[in-house]
Amino acid sequence: MKFDNEFTLDIMALSQNEGFARSMVAAFCVQLDPSISQINDIKTAVSEAVTNAIVHGYAGKQGSVLLHVGILKNTVFITVSDNGCGIEDIEKARQPFYTTKPSEERSGMGFTVMESFMDSLEVKNKPTGGLVVHMKKVIRK
Amino acid sequence: MKIHYVTKNNAVIAELSGELDEHSAVSVRESLDTLLQDLTNNHFVEVIFDFSKVGFMDSTGIGVLLGRYNKFKNYPISFYIKNPSMHIDKILSMTGIYQIIPKLVG
Repeated sequence: MKFDNEFTLDIMALSQNEGFARSMVAAFCVQLDPSISQINDIKTAVSEAVTNAIVHGYAGKQGSVLLHVGILKNTVFITVSDNGCGIEDIEKARQPFYTTKPSEERSGMGFTVMESFMDSLEVKNKPTGGLVVHMKKVIRK
Repeated sequence: MKIHYVTKNNAVIAELSGELDEHSAVSVRESLDTLLQDLTNNHFVEVIFDFSKVGFMDSTGIGVLLGRYNKFKNYPISFYIKNPSMHIDKILSMTGIYQIIPKLVG
């Protein structure tokens, strides 16, 4: 896809990078003049996707998380991908409160939050291993 | 994230400030559990999570709150949530957590 503007961020899969990643994406989206509520929706969705890559995808192992953000007219396209373990049953994982790590007090709400805060959500395993999450949000005035 | 505790009669207000995500969750859990463990000998106590200074929270925060509730539900401790921002209120409402940790209004 040809974007009006785009950026790529490649970060180590460390929890201290979660805040950095969501803030970078939010700062980049400011050019569309979103409302505070729209910015918070994007920040939260990005935080969920990046946290998922770190906690589930890599589960403590070293790796990197790749973010791509594209802007086309008034729409933000966000892709978060990793080279971690992927998800065995994506349909199940997307259900509210489903978690493979209840002992770690995970809420199992990550994909539900992404889905409700963005206009669309697509989750796929990569053929080479790892997960890719595509999200889209239209910044309506 | 920092937590400041204020004791008032039979209530403890936990004033959270900063961002509550997976990175900060570890220390938040530890701090809250230390407090709650101390409160288990009380006859009855209310613990109020004050979110007025929380700038950001994602679903990790839900896990932290539910976790505290589950761990201490057999003790006479009642949990409440106070002053969430619109954004945090949206996440809390979505998960139905107010049914077990009610929101204090006013």
